[in-house]
Amino acid sequence: MPDLSSNTGGIRSPNPFWLASAPPANSGGQVQRAFDAGWGGAVWKTLGQPIQNVSSRFGAHSVAGAKAIGFNNIELITDRSLETNFREIYDTKKKYPKNAVIVSLMVETREEWRDIIKRSVDTGADGLELNFGCPHGMCERGMGSAVGQEPKVNQEITSWAVEYSSIPVLVKLTPNVSDILPHGLAAKRGGAHGVSLINTIKSIISVDIDRMVPNPRVDGMSTNGGYCGQAVKPIAMHMVAALARDERFRLPISGIGGISNWRDAVEFILLGSSSVQVCTEVMLRGFRVVEDMIEGLEEYMRTHGFANLDAMIGRAIPKYSEWGNLDLNYETVAKIDPALCIGCNKCMIACEDGAHQCIHPAPAGSRVPVVDEAECVGCNLCQIVCPVEGCIDMAQVDNGFTPASWNQFVEEGRVLRPKKGAH
Amino acid sequence: MVSTPLDPNRAESVFADFKGEYTTEQATLEASRCLYCSDAPCVKACPTHIDIPQFIRKIATGNLKGSARTIFDANILGMSCARVCPVETLCVGDCVYNLLHVPPIQIGKLQRYATDHAYAEGWRFFEAGVDTGKTVALLGAGPASLACAHELRRRGHGCTVYEKRPVVGGLNSTGVAPYKMKADRAADEVDWVLGIGGIDVVTGVNVGEQVSFKELEARHDAVFLGMGLGPDTRLRVPGEDLPGVRGAVDFIEEMKLTPMSLAGVKHAVVIGGGNTALDAVREARGLGVGHVVMLYRGDEAAMSGYAHEWAAAKVEGVRAEWRAVAIGFEAGADGRVSGVLCQRLDERRHPIAGETFTMSAELVLVAIGQSKLAGLVQSLGGIEVHHGRVVTDERGATGRKGYFAGGDCRNGGKEVVNAAAEGKAAAQAIHAYLTGGL
Repeated sequence: MPDLSSNTGGIRSPNPFWLASAPPANSGGQVQRAFDAGWGGAVWKTLGQPIQNVSSRFGAHSVAGAKAIGFNNIELITDRSLETNFREIYDTKKKYPKNAVIVSLMVETREEWRDIIKRSVDTGADGLELNFGCPHGMCERGMGSAVGQEPKVNQEITSWAVEYSSIPVLVKLTPNVSDILPHGLAAKRGGAHGVSLINTIKSIISVDIDRMVPNPRVDGMSTNGGYCGQAVKPIAMHMVAALARDERFRLPISGIGGISNWRDAVEFILLGSSSVQVCTEVMLRGFRVVEDMIEGLEEYMRTHGFANLDAMIGRAIPKYSEWGNLDLNYETVAKIDPALCIGCNKCMIACEDGAHQCIHPAPAGSRVPVVDEAECVGCNLCQIVCPVEGCIDMAQVDNGFTPASWNQFVEEGRVLRPKKGAH
Repeated sequence: MVSTPLDPNRAESVFADFKGEYTTEQATLEASRCLYCSDAPCVKACPTHIDIPQFIRKIATGNLKGSARTIFDANILGMSCARVCPVETLCVGDCVYNLLHVPPIQIGKLQRYATDHAYAEGWRFFEAGVDTGKTVALLGAGPASLACAHELRRRGHGCTVYEKRPVVGGLNSTGVAPYKMKADRAADEVDWVLGIGGIDVVTGVNVGEQVSFKELEARHDAVFLGMGLGPDTRLRVPGEDLPGVRGAVDFIEEMKLTPMSLAGVKHAVVIGGGNTALDAVREARGLGVGHVVMLYRGDEAAMSGYAHEWAAAKVEGVRAEWRAVAIGFEAGADGRVSGVLCQRLDERRHPIAGETFTMSAELVLVAIGQSKLAGLVQSLGGIEVHHGRVVTDERGATGRKGYFAGGDCRNGGKEVVNAAAEGKAAAQAIHAYLTGGL
């Protein structure tokens, strides 16, 4: 039985699945129900100064009948009183001592940070998460992503928090930056025990094209929100990996961004996450989704012989490199299995119009298109559009050339194979 | 409105749609499943070659007007075809999803969704062309003539449709199974097609009787033969004239246009194994007849009716007697038919001596085919008739100058979509003839 227990910078939980700081972790009732469902931890909805929220807070990006593959919100931090929140955090931690409860915080002055950290630690919580990521509303008041986008401010406030806190401090980073690394390093210099990323991406989710107003509509107006959900996963994974692979960083990471099932979680862990946080999937489908996440992760670990998470964290990082190190002499071509092909010709039109014009119509009497292997560049587009699993194989070609990357070509003069598809 | 007002209590009104209409959500989801094939097999399977992946994609994106335009541009009868086409053997049957053993895209239902929307919104896509001063006579107001006339109007030619019945729309009005489409919807389509303007419809006129071909030739520059088929073929067995024994096509027309009571009918026998027979058995069941039997001389595999229709009939409780023929009808005390005397056949369809049986039947519908109307034109020099069908080239031109044909009188009795395709093709041939000679 693989050990799913997780440790992120000293914050321990029975499994790596945490509720992200967001509407599902807004109250004691919710968090306790989530723990009952199997969630390992919860980052409480951000506490801070009193705020007031708008009506009409969420918007969704739906594609081809799939609802809400992307999601955005213009909701702010908690609108419940600090007293109520602290009491519920205390109660929750008392009832669920083994689950991780992390308090997310966002205030302005050093005094405010000191006070709110003290009260948070007094609840018995396992850790703090500094919300330097929120890209809407709060940043207009100099908080959230306004902090996360300034490494000096990030470092300074982090150092205050670490000074005042007797429990681990995670810094939640914003993706609304051109390069995540300086921001992760700033948190490290400030003394953070770990980071969590990504927070939401600044976004306009859609425009009501009849009213000519962006969504979500608040009366006749709107504002930019924070984008999340399955659609942001590739962006989030890049940022997680960019920190995980850097020698200077080496801090625990709590991965966030579009995680909706165990496979997503496995990917984030292989890219260096010690725990993963989920919000949108829970908002769309409820706490029960964690059952499959736990089962799936457990089965994956069993299949691959991972006894515990540590054995697995960051396992894909050594395989993430610069383009200049990729082997230019590695060659693949598309092979269409005629027994599986259903004759939809999607590969043919995709290659013809969108790639390298090397898949040609079937000869008379057949509907199986023909790959011109001498011209096929091995781009994968045909395989991507093919509706039949396993029908198109990107088969490796033994072309007799020894491996040669661009860097090796430039530095050592290694020989590159002739170009294909450059007609 | 050229169509005669329909009786609201006509018998067909008790039927519900066999394939229901989509809500927006259902249509969007189904449309989103479409693989958007290139050189798609469904398009090839459609006699009118509607660009199916394109119209479906436009449903998925909410471009319903564009979707309907794509359909109607290829087939102006797209609304009725969406309902009455045997899609299982045409577009849907060739959907590549079948090869994946995944349910194929419900192309007919999606086409109905888009075309119904266009009707409801009153969208019109086509205007009559600049008047050419030429006019065309079209015989019969069924799908072939309507498709032909509309295409001719887009090119500016005047059209006069001569119809012998008071009702226009042909079999779409008088013959389509009511669980697919009722006569009022067929009338909607006629009005919609005629909306292009410049198509005169003269009803109650039999060409060859009230008006001669000579007169037609004097009045018009070309003639399109789209008069379909004639009355039901008779069995020619004793008792066929008993009340209660009747042709299926005749019965269906009455059901679709007038009220009808089957109160005294507990048993019905339908003779035949084609699609009219399958319509008739399902219709008799739907009208409340408890015991409905299809009597067919061959076995299930030999039946010319569609397998999917027979499957549905079975689900609805219809039984079949295979390899048997009616050799006579018995009369009851009331003088009406009370039973069918049947002869069992062997595998080679030869009578098996001594094997006869009787089935109770207060209603017998004979569905063994329809007579051909080609005799009407046989006297015209140059028009060749083969097995009762008017012979044409592939675009619909007959051997007589200025005469064209399409639909059932040309193909011997196929689907509405074939009539639509042939009518349109003939219009293109007529246009070429009128503007440049053939």
